[in-house]
Amino acid sequence: MPLLYPLVFAAFLFSAGVYGVLARRNAVMVLMSVELMLNAVNVNLVAFNAYLKDQLLAGQVFALFVVAVAAAEVGIGLAIVLLIFRNRETVNIDEVDLLRW
Amino acid sequence: MTGQEVAFLVLAVAGGFAGVLVVTSRNVVHAALWLVVALASIAGVYLLLAAPFVAFVQVIIYVGAIVVLILFGIMLTRVPVGRRVFDNTLRARIGALVVGGGMFAMLTWFMADAWGGKRIASQAATTTDALGIAIFKNYVLPFEAVSVLLLAALIGAIVLARRD
Repeated sequence: MPLLYPLVFAAFLFSAGVYGVLARRNAVMVLMSVELMLNAVNVNLVAFNAYLKDQLLAGQVFALFVVAVAAAEVGIGLAIVLLIFRNRETVNIDEVDLLRW
Repeated sequence: MTGQEVAFLVLAVAGGFAGVLVVTSRNVVHAALWLVVALASIAGVYLLLAAPFVAFVQVIIYVGAIVVLILFGIMLTRVPVGRRVFDNTLRARIGALVVGGGMFAMLTWFMADAWGGKRIASQAATTTDALGIAIFKNYVLPFEAVSVLLLAALIGAIVLARRD
């Protein structure tokens, strides 16, 4: 299989995630777009692991670490979203401007 | 074109289509369910790239846990349905499309330039015991760091989300 296939697939998913982060204003949708971007990175890691036939399996191991970090990120992120919804009755990120000077 | 490449192209088209619908769907629950399709086709791509353990972790953690967490987040925040409520203005969406499309074009161009003719040789799938040895021998320190990070995230989420 050409190495370019998974790389272009990952680039497409990453760009879709970038579009989602910029175009959505609901915080839960933004979190879903971030998950898409993290998955695109994982596809790259696994593809290069297969291409290089790495004896230490660095690509696959780091893909697993990225999955663990993504789980932590989405847990904390949703807790913050719930807290904001409880206090402000909205989860639109352009209406949450507590830190704006 | 080998059977592996055909299977990859089918999975990539399904995953890319689902990925686009995740970021454009007007209904937040539909977007979460399209995310399931995208993540499942990525798991299939891992299988084709000789990484079955990563594929099963993808199905268990992402499809099984993270999407369920996101659906709970949707339920608990009463997200209304409709484009106006959860998308930015048309001007901002056009800007986002320019940034996303430009990033895709740029990344594809760079990668075609750098790895254009290279091929992934067909190989035996990575066994789970080889991966386990790699994690617990060569990468044991980052593994421990990740476990502390998960504990910290768990405690942080409980502290943030509980009512006093």
